[in-house]
Amino acid sequence: MSQLIGVPRETFAGEKRVATVPEVVEKLKKLGFRVMVEAGAGDAANFADDTYVAAGAQIAPDAAALWSTADIVFKARPPSADEVALMREGTTLVSFIWPAQNPDLMQKLAARKVTVLAIDALPRMLSRAQKMDALTSMAGISGYRAVIEAANAFGRFFNGQITAAGKVPPAKVFIAGAGVAGLAAIGTAANLGAIVRANDTRAEVADQVKSLGGEFVKVDYEEEGSGGGGYAKVMSEGFQKAQREMYAKQAAEADIIITTALIPGKPAPKLITADMVKTMKPGSVIVDMAGEQGGNCELTVPGEAVVRHGVTIVGYTDLVSRLAKQSSTLYATNLFRLAEELCKTKDGVINVNMEDDAIRGLTVIKDGTVTWPAPPITLPAPPPKPAAAAMPAAKSGGHGAGGEPMSAGSLAAVFGVGAALFLLVGLYAPAAFLGHFTVFVLACFVGYMVVWNVTPSLHTPLMSVTNAISSIIAIGALVQIAPPESGGGRPDEIIRWVAIVGIALTTINMFGGFAVTRRMLAMFRK
Amino acid sequence: MTTSVVTVAYIGAIILFILSLGGLSNPETSRRGNLYGMVGMTLAVVATILGPRVTAAGIPYIVAAMVVGGAIGLYAARTVQMTQMPELVALMHSLVGLAACLVGFASYVDTSIAFTGAEKVIHEVEIYLGILIGAVTFSGSLVAFGKLSGKIGGKPLLLPGRHWLNLVGLLVVVFFCREFILAKDVASGMTPLVVMTVIALLFGIHMVMAIGGADMPVVVSMLNSYSGWAAAATGFMLSNDLLIVVGALVGSSGAILSYIMCRAMNRNFISVIAGGFGTGGGAVVAKADGQPAGEVTSITAAETAELLREAKNVIIVPGYGMAVAQAQHTVFEITRVLREKGVNVRFGIHPVAGRMPGHMNVLLAEAKVPYDIVMEMDEINEDFPDTDVSMVIGANDIVNPSAQEDPGSPIAGMPVLEVWKARTSIVMKRSMASGYAGVDNPLFYKENNRMLFGDAKKMLDEVLAGLSK
Repeated sequence: MSQLIGVPRETFAGEKRVATVPEVVEKLKKLGFRVMVEAGAGDAANFADDTYVAAGAQIAPDAAALWSTADIVFKARPPSADEVALMREGTTLVSFIWPAQNPDLMQKLAARKVTVLAIDALPRMLSRAQKMDALTSMAGISGYRAVIEAANAFGRFFNGQITAAGKVPPAKVFIAGAGVAGLAAIGTAANLGAIVRANDTRAEVADQVKSLGGEFVKVDYEEEGSGGGGYAKVMSEGFQKAQREMYAKQAAEADIIITTALIPGKPAPKLITADMVKTMKPGSVIVDMAGEQGGNCELTVPGEAVVRHGVTIVGYTDLVSRLAKQSSTLYATNLFRLAEELCKTKDGVINVNMEDDAIRGLTVIKDGTVTWPAPPITLPAPPPKPAAAAMPAAKSGGHGAGGEPMSAGSLAAVFGVGAALFLLVGLYAPAAFLGHFTVFVLACFVGYMVVWNVTPSLHTPLMSVTNAISSIIAIGALVQIAPPESGGGRPDEIIRWVAIVGIALTTINMFGGFAVTRRMLAMFRK
Repeated sequence: MTTSVVTVAYIGAIILFILSLGGLSNPETSRRGNLYGMVGMTLAVVATILGPRVTAAGIPYIVAAMVVGGAIGLYAARTVQMTQMPELVALMHSLVGLAACLVGFASYVDTSIAFTGAEKVIHEVEIYLGILIGAVTFSGSLVAFGKLSGKIGGKPLLLPGRHWLNLVGLLVVVFFCREFILAKDVASGMTPLVVMTVIALLFGIHMVMAIGGADMPVVVSMLNSYSGWAAAATGFMLSNDLLIVVGALVGSSGAILSYIMCRAMNRNFISVIAGGFGTGGGAVVAKADGQPAGEVTSITAAETAELLREAKNVIIVPGYGMAVAQAQHTVFEITRVLREKGVNVRFGIHPVAGRMPGHMNVLLAEAKVPYDIVMEMDEINEDFPDTDVSMVIGANDIVNPSAQEDPGSPIAGMPVLEVWKARTSIVMKRSMASGYAGVDNPLFYKENNRMLFGDAKKMLDEVLAGLSK
């Protein structure tokens, strides 16, 4: 019997996402599952109940009906106390849980004897897990939305323009924290035409910042801030001082600041002080994406947009819900990828395989037993990098240049051998031969020089034209057919017939070669 | 015409031939280049026929032979499919080889040419070498033709102790060369000459049989080179500078092509000729690492169309599979539709893609793909990171990342097209079989790679249908 996936309406205030969308319902059904959606679950994200029905889902009239029949429940926000109370034993819940921040919730869930897969507990460093990584997809959306919110509150264009009505300078955007959200914000702001600068304690992201059109601002202090698993860590005092100075300088210059600095399980670092806000130009905007964890700015009011010292400080905590259709679609796809992993047999029955690193990491409660935190995954050691660098293939070898010049030693050897050969020829060969030999050697050089200039796309025509030209050997047969010296013991007949065959063969080549080359070259066009 | 006038005509022909090769440096001038070649050839042939070395008695024979040969040649050139170009070129090389042999034998039995002393020895060595090279070219090209047209299996045939076999053959050839030079008259010299010819023929067969399908571009260009050297040797034999020059031009051209092909595979010439790619421990080693094992994500034609439609930059990497499936016209249609939608579509061509140098370029040109969007590997490799979709059609080894990443791989160090650096790569393939090199391809398991399984032509037709919707 195939299992039923239930998708309830999100009950958290302001939450507009839904954990599956009609398009994904079809895919889940292909995996063998049945799908049930609570009436009105997709309304806030613009997915009407009808569209779910059309995709093959059932509609549950209310939450109680859904929770009591579903074998698997897909959710976005962690379940509320009421929802936990509705859960029946043996259900599998897939949702954001934040087990570290919500110990009470974990206790309650364990007491219900359910299995819980916390999508936020996914081991992100497994490359296989990336397709299920809802944290990343959600962070990307909020980064985009943060820029849109900033643009909304900002009184000017993002891109510089020179119009008849005067010159508009481009907006200067500073982005603190270049994680997924920060990178999405950099890309969005750069696309709008702003001058984007960004900083992160992890120096390795500098290239990613540049690739998205941003400029990486370094903190003038030597310390690496990568805290494992792709997250940042708390930095030393000396570093923080240098960092504060840099932020103060950026705050004074920037029109828009977007902060995304989070350290897992800790309150958000206070990067922007009240004094820095005071130095900003009136009309500037700060979007604080860390609002939920207390904010990166001292003056942030979580969940609200406020004006302090002439600066709009946006502390919305529902950025993903402000793009509900997009975030629902991506989240639903992440969960579908997870369903694929759980149901490799495609028979609509999940298997929470604790041997699988990705699923082990996700599973925070298994049949009522708390299994969080998962033991760290021992990743295979990364392959030695230098191997690739040491590869000789790194040479680009633009042809014509013939690669690097030969070493002096091998050059001398080549010339030595050449000289010896020429000496031998000079000592023993008769004068007539030497004349031809000169011509031959020079022709080789001419051929070498000419052919290096042939463009690689014409290599096939080159071969067919050289092939046609090599039928010049016909001359050899032509002069044999009826030379003036005929007769007088010369086996004329044999030679003539051999030569005729030779001529016929080479003319096939001659005419065929040139004709086919012509045909090919006629096809090359711009 | 006097000898001097003929010589001057030959010089003119030589200049035209050089200009002809020079014209191929650029598609714009290439047509004129081909024309120079034709004019040069006509000049050389007409000057010879009207010159002092051909008496009027010979002209009917010459005309008859040329009409027959020319008709066959033109017919072949008209009817050949562009995908069969490698076969045709190989077959034509064999004709040059055979002609060189015939001219050599005829020259040997021609008693009117009499030399003495060192000149006689040199002349005979020239005949011997001319026939040797001609025979190797002839039989080697025939086998290459068979392999390319699928009449002979593509797998390398490796006789036990094949290197020793070749060495013994070489020694026998050298020994009979001495016998041949010491021979008193034509009749007694004929035996060593015939024995040598047979050995040379066998050697040519053996050499090409031992070479795998993926190395065919090297072989074809090498035979191209040989046909040139055969002409040059004939030139020495007949004391004809025109033949020497043209032979040297063709010979060095083929040698350069072979060198470029070898470099594109990061292998040296000797190891290609020694044959047997991927038959050593290589494939086994790659498997033992277990490195690329993983999950393959497949994609449907409709989804591919979707990805292409939403892309801004697309790079298509064709391989031999496209030629086999005759899919180049559909590829062009897809390119056209995408370009009309403003998508920047380009082609990335690996030097050894296909079965002869420049094979893919000719196929794409046949399908009317403009040549300015067909890029060489070195031109386009840096652009992959800015590419949304890279589509690999019937290619495998030339897009294998283990060439860069895995020093233990049999193809380590071979320059490859870095398709995996694109945002998404799509590989069209019939199945999960490995390429000619027998190496597993970690590209298929990359997280941003999608596999589109099925016959290239059929799948591309579906993609095209999806795009035009």
